[in-house]
Amino acid sequence: MASGMQEKQYTPSLLSFFIYNPTFGPREGEEEKKILFYHPSEVEKNEKIRNVGLCEAIVQFTRTFCPTKPAKSLHTQKNRQFFFEPEDNFWIVMKPNKDGKPPTIEYQEEEILDTVYGAVVRQCYSMYKLFNGTFGRAMEAGGVELLTQKLEKFFYRYLQTLHLQSCDLLDVFGGISFFPLDKMTYLKIQSFVNKVEESLSLIKYTAFLYNDQLIWSGLEQDDMRILYKYLTTSLFPRHSEPELAGRDSPLRPEVAGNLLHYGRFLTGPTNLKDPEAKFRFPKIFVSTGDGYEELHLIVYKLTREFCEQLDGLVGPQLTLLASDICEQFTINRRISGPEKEPQFKFIYFNHMNLAEKSTIHMRKTASVCLTSVHPDLMKILGDINCDFARVDEDEEIIVKAMTDYWVVGKKSDQRELYVILNQKNANLIEVNEEVKRLCATQDCFTTLKTVTSVFNRRLFFS
Amino acid sequence: MSEEHYLELCENPVQFEHASSVNNVFFDEANKQVFAVRSGGATGVVVKGPDDKSSVAFRMDDKGEVKCIKFSIGNKILAVQRTSKSVVFPDKRSLKLLKSQSINVNWYQYCPETAVILLSTTVQGNILQPFAFRSGTMSKMSKFEIELPVVPKPAKLSLSERDIAMATIYGQLHVMYLKHHSRTANSTSAEVVLYHLPREGACKKSHVLKLNTTGKFALNIVDNLVVVHHQSSQTSLIFDIKLKEPDCAVNTHQPVLPARSIHPYRIPLSGPAVVPSQPPVPCQLYSSSWSVFQPDIIISASEGYLWYLQVKLPPTVNLLQDKGKLMDFLLRRRDCKMVILSVCSQSTRGVLPVVATVFDKLNQVYKEYLEAEQSYTVAMESGPSRGSAAQKRPVRTQAVIDQSDMYTHVLSSFTERKGVSHKFIIAVLMEYIRSLNQFQITVQHYLYELVIKTLVQHNLFYMLHQFLQYHVLSDSKPLACLLLSLESTYPPAHQLSLDMLKRLSTANDEIVEVLLSKQQVLGALRFIRSVGGHDNVSARKFLDAARQTGDQMLFYTVFRSFQQRNQRLRGSPGFNPGEHCEEHVVHFKQLFGEQALMKPSTV
Repeated sequence: MASGMQEKQYTPSLLSFFIYNPTFGPREGEEEKKILFYHPSEVEKNEKIRNVGLCEAIVQFTRTFCPTKPAKSLHTQKNRQFFFEPEDNFWIVMKPNKDGKPPTIEYQEEEILDTVYGAVVRQCYSMYKLFNGTFGRAMEAGGVELLTQKLEKFFYRYLQTLHLQSCDLLDVFGGISFFPLDKMTYLKIQSFVNKVEESLSLIKYTAFLYNDQLIWSGLEQDDMRILYKYLTTSLFPRHSEPELAGRDSPLRPEVAGNLLHYGRFLTGPTNLKDPEAKFRFPKIFVSTGDGYEELHLIVYKLTREFCEQLDGLVGPQLTLLASDICEQFTINRRISGPEKEPQFKFIYFNHMNLAEKSTIHMRKTASVCLTSVHPDLMKILGDINCDFARVDEDEEIIVKAMTDYWVVGKKSDQRELYVILNQKNANLIEVNEEVKRLCATQDCFTTLKTVTSVFNRRLFFS
Repeated sequence: MSEEHYLELCENPVQFEHASSVNNVFFDEANKQVFAVRSGGATGVVVKGPDDKSSVAFRMDDKGEVKCIKFSIGNKILAVQRTSKSVVFPDKRSLKLLKSQSINVNWYQYCPETAVILLSTTVQGNILQPFAFRSGTMSKMSKFEIELPVVPKPAKLSLSERDIAMATIYGQLHVMYLKHHSRTANSTSAEVVLYHLPREGACKKSHVLKLNTTGKFALNIVDNLVVVHHQSSQTSLIFDIKLKEPDCAVNTHQPVLPARSIHPYRIPLSGPAVVPSQPPVPCQLYSSSWSVFQPDIIISASEGYLWYLQVKLPPTVNLLQDKGKLMDFLLRRRDCKMVILSVCSQSTRGVLPVVATVFDKLNQVYKEYLEAEQSYTVAMESGPSRGSAAQKRPVRTQAVIDQSDMYTHVLSSFTERKGVSHKFIIAVLMEYIRSLNQFQITVQHYLYELVIKTLVQHNLFYMLHQFLQYHVLSDSKPLACLLLSLESTYPPAHQLSLDMLKRLSTANDEIVEVLLSKQQVLGALRFIRSVGGHDNVSARKFLDAARQTGDQMLFYTVFRSFQQRNQRLRGSPGFNPGEHCEEHVVHFKQLFGEQALMKPSTV
């Protein structure tokens, strides 16, 4: 299948990625029919069939132990595989590459990789679903043929943007970074969004972001989560990189022939005045309130008139709002004090609203997600997270890392906080005090000052 | 069409015997009294005032034709003028000359309300000299010139008494000049020019009202609106000098509303000669026998009626499409409240930008009132000594529409209205909250409740969550409790509620209750310790909760914790009888034995 595909340099850390459905080729000799997508496509047919068969066998075998929870991952000495069944009988399998490094046998690392890569596989599916709807939907519309086409089209590009080496705890959370904003500006944005949606009834939902932080989402949380992921890791970086580089971007407002405001379309036409402009927008699929699997389609299929109207309506007001928000941004900065390297770094996540905040991660780009701490520390964070996931109760874990760093994990109600302290000679009590202070001063806008500020404390020294 | 008449004559006019060959009628602007003088007074003088009580009837000798007749204030002294140079007071009184001014005067106008007299001087008559009377003194104010459309050559009297009127508009004395169009001056239509006449300082031309027509006009002031009656078209126009016209030069005004006639008026036939079934006779409006007096009086001497002119607000709502302008107009009117609320209700059927404008206009006035009220309160608290002028309590006009008005008359019914999308309902509610916030008005709890109720009704929990996240719905105990009650349908409400209680920092008891109800006994205990309330807390409450969990170790821990507290506070681990913990002590002994109890430490 897809033999015409050219040789392509894939990301080194992905060995293979495939999707199959065992019910599609149950008889002997028809095994190939099970395979809906296989990357890399140039792999020989028999090997594909063998690999799929192996996965099928493992899943089938492990099911006998626990019918409700099929296998999630398989660790072998050489590599590792992750299984995910997003829809009945559809399996996604991902096999990361060790990249020539000797296999690590440390317990910790394996734990984190499992949760992180497990999350990555789920994310792959969510992303597909966002743009294409469910597998089942494609099957209904055009059978296996359409589904394989869609999978091919989507994952061929998507897998190129998958950077397994920079995946970490944040992928597990799949959180949303919210932009802290005062009430009044927030209400103005609300008002603006409502007016836009009212006057242009084609708009069903609106999400409002500043840089890559969310301010308002009319979409439900789960849809927003994946859309946010797409926007912040794919669409925005793709558009902002040429801008930041100062290169002449084809999307500059001057080109759009409109100097009055700075609004523009990131998807769709770059210049409304251009008679040749193509009015094509990506489709996305979101769930609706009624009917759990019933998915509805929002088509950003817009007419020229609509675009012009939207541009005229949104542009000028948005410019005003943007300046309001920027002002707020500067104020926030000022409050947070001079930009000096703090004694600690943290990741915060609230399961309730998916709010996340990280001082560990630098700007996200399409290619890399930079972290400012050593990967070993990130792994400790992952380990603590796994620990938290095991129990329901509130917990606190303090770890002294090899490199004289202290790592503190706190879980309270639905919130998790991970702090990395860089205090060489601090003792446990001092670290504890320091974290308490941090909790008291850092108002992560969804307050870290949690009510149940009490924890069952466990200590680990590594 | 009748819905469109925004002016009307009052229902209870002052009735008097109509003017005839034997009955002369006079009107005194100061006391607003009508004098019907029959046969020079010999067969009776009937004086009718604005209310029935002030009616007076008397006779006087007929000493010739009466030119003018008036009472002093309080009907104490009657003055009758029969010749152009003499005034007779029926009672004998002595008069004293207080002050005199020597000016050539063409004619004069007097405004009783402000006690200002205006004298027309010079040959053309267009230099006006005002004098103000105050507590027995007469002071000269600065004179001013009325710009004539054409300067006649040779000079002759060009400013007529009929074209000048004085009235108070928005608390300021204005001289109104009816400037007729003139072919030679190239003006196409007439206009009313207003001169602001301040108590001190120079008189200045302040407003120009464009009439866009020509002919005979008469002026009234009603509810601070300038009403211009146009006789030939039998219609009237109204102007609001405070309404800004965006597309006109500064202080040039177009009529607020299209020209309409006064609401048709029927004269009820009365008297013994009338058959009861006879229908009332329509009154001829804009009749040439009408006399118009300031501010709002219309007299038909031939029919024997004195009316007060009134503005009817409801018809204006449909005549003025621009809702922002409509609100500006209505907010300055006297009996505006119900009309404004109806406009609000109506606008919630419209589009959001209009809703936003309406709310902003409303809250602007509301805010001004709140501020005035507050500064009054502050002034009262700091005592009357500070500031010489005693501050007056601000008057709450009908234009002050507060949150409870909006809730009762507009918003609560709006959220229940069928066929409105919930998206729009929420947008409108948020718009109102946005507007209140913009004017820094504290939002009342019931509005938040309405928002939450609406969101919950439509399962929009994520939206609610985001609002709370950004503190759009301000923290309060009732709100936290409301959230708590939502927990079963939306579990995260629990966290939101606890966070809110924590932020309030006055709700520690509530937090403990919430945690205990969730059987988080240790959490509750640690929390109350962290806020330093451990010493005063009821041990029984905690022990009850701990026992309910069925967790024996938990009960042990909590029990021991309170024993330690007792030891620290009272030097003994035992509970006081007032704490009602006896049954728990028994329970503890049953579970863990007598020896597990903490022994009093020997000091």
